[in-house]
This record gives sequence, C-alpha cells and structure tokens, in this order.
Amino acid sequence: MSQEPTTTQTGSGIEAVALLPEPAMRLRDVSVAFSGRMAVRNVTFDVAANKVTSMIGPSGSGKTTLLRSLNRLHDLTKGAVVKGEIQLGDIDVYGNELPTTLLRSRIGMVFQRPNPFPTMSIYDNVVSGLRFNGIKKKSILDEAAESALISAALWDSVKDRMKAHASTLSGGEQQRLCIARALAVEPEVLLMDEPTSSLDPVSTQRIEELMVELKNRVTIIIVTHNMQQAARVSDDCAFLLMAEDRAGELIEFAPTTKIFNNPSDSRTLDYIQGRFG
Amino acid sequence: MTDVLAQLPPDPLLERRRLVQSIATKTQRRRAVRSSLFIGLLSACLAMAIVPLFFVIYALIVRGGHVLTWVFITKVPVQPTLFEQDQIGGIGNAILGSLVVDLVAALIAVPLGVILGLYLSETETRWANGLRRAAEIMTGLPSILLGIFAYIYIVTTMQSFSGFAASIALAMLMTPVITKAAETALRSVPRTLTEAGLALGARQSKVSLRVVLPVATPGIITGVLLALARAIGETAPLLFVIGASINYEWNPFHQMAALPMMTFTYSSAAYDSQHAAAWGIGLMLVIIVLVLNASARLIAAFMRRERH
Ligand SMILES: Nc1ncnc2c1ncn2[C@@H]1O[C@H](COP(=O)(O)OP(=O)(O)OP(=O)(O)O)[C@@H](O)[C@H]1O
Ligand SMILES: [Mg+2]
Repeated sequence: MSQEPTTTQTGSGIEAVALLPEPAMRLRDVSVAFSGRMAVRNVTFDVAANKVTSMIGPSGSGKTTLLRSLNRLHDLTKGAVVKGEIQLGDIDVYGNELPTTLLRSRIGMVFQRPNPFPTMSIYDNVVSGLRFNGIKKKSILDEAAESALISAALWDSVKDRMKAHASTLSGGEQQRLCIARALAVEPEVLLMDEPTSSLDPVSTQRIEELMVELKNRVTIIIVTHNMQQAARVSDDCAFLLMAEDRAGELIEFAPTTKIFNNPSDSRTLDYIQGRFG
Repeated sequence: MTDVLAQLPPDPLLERRRLVQSIATKTQRRRAVRSSLFIGLLSACLAMAIVPLFFVIYALIVRGGHVLTWVFITKVPVQPTLFEQDQIGGIGNAILGSLVVDLVAALIAVPLGVILGLYLSETETRWANGLRRAAEIMTGLPSILLGIFAYIYIVTTMQSFSGFAASIALAMLMTPVITKAAETALRSVPRTLTEAGLALGARQSKVSLRVVLPVATPGIITGVLLALARAIGETAPLLFVIGASINYEWNPFHQMAALPMMTFTYSSAAYDSQHAAAWGIGLMLVIIVLVLNASARLIAAFMRRERH
C-alpha cells in the first residue's frame, strides 16, 4: 500500500485530503441488474478528486441505481447484482480488502428526501455517523459537530438548539443537517441523489453554493434532473440514457462545459435542449 | 353573435365536461342517501359491538362496585363464617400476586418478543416465515394449553406450584402478541432511515438498535400494554400452576394469589359476600384493562408528538 494521507488528525485536514491521487473513484464496465433485469450497463468513467461530477439523464436511466452501487447500498436488495469494477482510490469497492462498513464511512451519501433520524436531536444526528463508527469522546464529537454544521451552513441557526429534535427544522434545514451528518464522518466522496428536488429555490441555492465550497473537502457526485444545477455546480458531467431494453447506458462523459456547449453525441444535445426525457 | 357560436362545431372537451357535470348533479342525491345509509349500518354494527361491553361494566358496577373499598384493596382475605358471613377481608394478596406474576411474565416476554420482531422484520427466509406462522398459531391456542405446558415442564421439574410457572405460561401468551406488534411497528419504519444509517458506515445491528428500534418504540409499547391487558385477566394459564396464598407473597418461586384466580374461586364459593367480592374483582380487572388500553394510546400519541 502506498502511504497516501487520507485524513489526518493534525491541522484542518484539508491540505491532507488535497493530496489524494486522482481520480477519487474509477468505474469500469459497471453493470447493475435487478433479478436478472439490467438497469445499468457497462458504465465507465473516472471521478476526479475534489471536483463535482454530475449525472444527468431521463427518469429511469439508472442514475440512482448507479450512484447506489458506489457505496454498495445494493447489497441490501435481494436479487441485485453489480458487475464490473469500482475503485475508491486504489481500493476495490467490491473486493474484500476493506469491510463494507469502513468503505461506507469513506463514501458519504445524501438522499433525495431529507431523512434525519427522527428520534435523535440535531446534535445526535450530526454525530451519529461518528458514534456508529465507534467514536465516543465528547470533545471529538463536539468539534466534529461544529465543523460539519458550519460546512453545511447550518451552524448559526442551530447552535442554540442542538438538543431540539431534528424534525423541528424546516425541510431545507433538515437536508443541510443530513449533509452535515454525512460530512461529520469526513468522507472522501459524497454521493448526492437529487438533494434539492424536494426543496424550495432558496434552500436549493444554499445547497448549490455549499457544494462548490465543499469541493476542497470532498469529492462530490450528484444526480440531478435540473440542467441548470448540473451546469452551475459540476465540473464533469455524465449523461445516461436507456437503451432499447431500458437498461441505462452512459452516452457521454465530459467536462460540464463541453456537455452543455458542444456535446459529441446528438442525443446529449437533444436531452439538454429538452427534446426528450 | 350567439348564432355564430352555435354554428361552430361542438368542442368534444366541453361536451364531455357538460356530460360529467350533468350526471354528477343528477346522481348526487342518490349517492348522498347511499352514503348515509352506509354510515348508519356501520354505526349499528359499532353499537352491537359496544353495547355488551357497557352491559358488562354496568352489571359489574351494580353488583361489585360497593365492594371496592380501601380495606378490600389492601387487606388479605378472611374466610367468612356462619356467624360473620360478611367478613371477607381484602384482595391485597391477589393484587400483589398479579402484579409480580405479570411483571415477571413481561420481563420474559418483552425482550423475547422484541428480538423476534426485529428478526422477523429484517429477514424473509423460510425460517422466518415458519416462525411467523408459529407465532400466529400460538396466539390462537386455547390459553389453558399454556397452563398445561407450564404444569408439565415447570411445576413438575421444580416440584412445586409457583408464581414463576404462571409467569412462564403468561409469557408464552404475551410473546407472540408482542412479536407481531413489534414486527409491524419495525416494518413501518421508513427504509430510507436504515439506508442513511448504513451509508454512514454503521453495522446493520447498530442501525436496528439505534435508529429503527427507537422509531418503532411507540408501536411496540402499545403492543406490550395490550398483551399485558390480555394476560392480566387470564385464568386458564394459572389454573394448574400458581397454587394459592392468602398472604402477601413477594417471592415468585412460591405459590401465589392472583386476581383472576380469586374471581374464579370466589364465584363458586358458599357465601354471598364472596360472590360480591368476585364481582368486585371483575370490575377491578375491567378497570385495569381499560387503564392499560388508555395508557397504550396516550403513550403512543405522546411519543409521536414529542418528535414533531
Ligand atoms: N430495487 C429495485 N428493484 C428492481 N428494479 C429497480 C430497483 N431500483 C431501480 N430499479 C429499476 O432500475 C431502473 C433505473 O432506476 P433508477 O431509480 O436508477 O432511475 P433514475 O435514473 O434514478 O430515475 P429518476 O430520475 O426517476 O430518479 C428502473 O427501471 C427501475 O425500475
Ligand atoms: Mg433516481
């Protein structure tokens, strides 16, 4: 094993993360099937470290399915099979070098609808990931909670009511709480599945700003139906589309500016101009 | 102007809208009548279900209400004699007995039921299905069989009647009820919470205990209280195993008194005062069951509100 620093205890940790070798994740011929039915077929691309990579495509093109294969969330689904190669740095995600729990603590996830743990307070929500991973020391938890909440632009509005239930927050605040909860574990990669689709324009804008600010801390992969959002926040963009048999395929992967200004595939252009999907 | 409009070809959309509205208006009365008939029928059924309950409670209050005094609740029983036919003492021993026996039963049934519920809610194997079926059959068994089971396996091995044997029989009655309630409550916890926990790097067991179980707790508590309400009034499981005691008995490994047993013995006893006491205990059991039911609802409602 090469000795690349992941997160270190000293300093802010930000410089250390920046040293990660590119790419952060590597997908090679990734296919996902549910009970024999292909949902995603042969997707290959690299996710650049400390960049935002967006995945766009019509409904049913397998964006969620592909995203969830990256942190092995399909392991829970009976009949789901993931083929191909997925790497986090130089670790094989589906190999057995790294236990799934440790892998998932290095790849955070934010879901389509805010899903804070309803029985926990705001504070307990933020530090839940750390506790799940065996960290108990109050000083570490307090520091991580503050740092994650600041990064998620939520600190100022919740610092005086950390004991309140998470459900007392607005939808937008709950989603930012979920982002803070994911960030507190200091993941290298953050997966976001349409994180703003259930939010109002103001909360959406805050979360978009956040993604750009978070770039030097984590690598972000975001699924979105909102073209402007993909264009605004992402550096690279993957366009997926269903084939004849309705399995999602990668049509084009390129820097976002290229996808939106000068795509190589005519289907990409059609989709971006809203001609189908 | 109107002539011009009339000459235009009919707009199919407008035609259909007019048709829908005219039919809806014509049938509106009929539908309203039908709906109120249905509500009437439902209310009648509800009344048929509730009226017997009120008759039972009424009878219990008339015949047993006067017996429920402080002395009756706190003292131990006294055997009436020909000369003092009204001396009856109290049922403190039976209250304590029921309390201890049901508490021990709950201590066994609650963890067992919750663990089984957790298992059933998370697995879809043959084993799990078999277990679920077994639990359903258990809830349907005549409760006297549980008493016989406890007699054969507990009383004969320990060579004595005991409150503990009764607790085992009642625990067997409660466990499947709690299992079912726990499974239902756990299954209704949104899947996305489990996924959120796992995505943070938690083990499945940790997610179950820290995330899923707390969300399901109100439902589980309701199930536990309803199971308790059912257990507390059961006589058959106790019949062959609990023995008897006329003193305050704390030790569950000794013979004990219990409320339903006391009703059973008093109702076939010789003196009128004993019959009245049987009614009184019956009334008390109904009150306890109602209180347990009400608290089940209150606790669940309170816990749900707490987090909103
Ligand atoms: N657990 C599952 N079991 C069976 N089929 C599934 C499962 N999850 C997804 N699929 C199928 O996989 C295909 C892709 O679904 P997916 O949710 O990945 O699409 P998506 O691109 O995220 O769509 P949307 O934009 O609507 O969210 C669909 O045909 C869907 O029915
Ligand atoms: Mg999706």
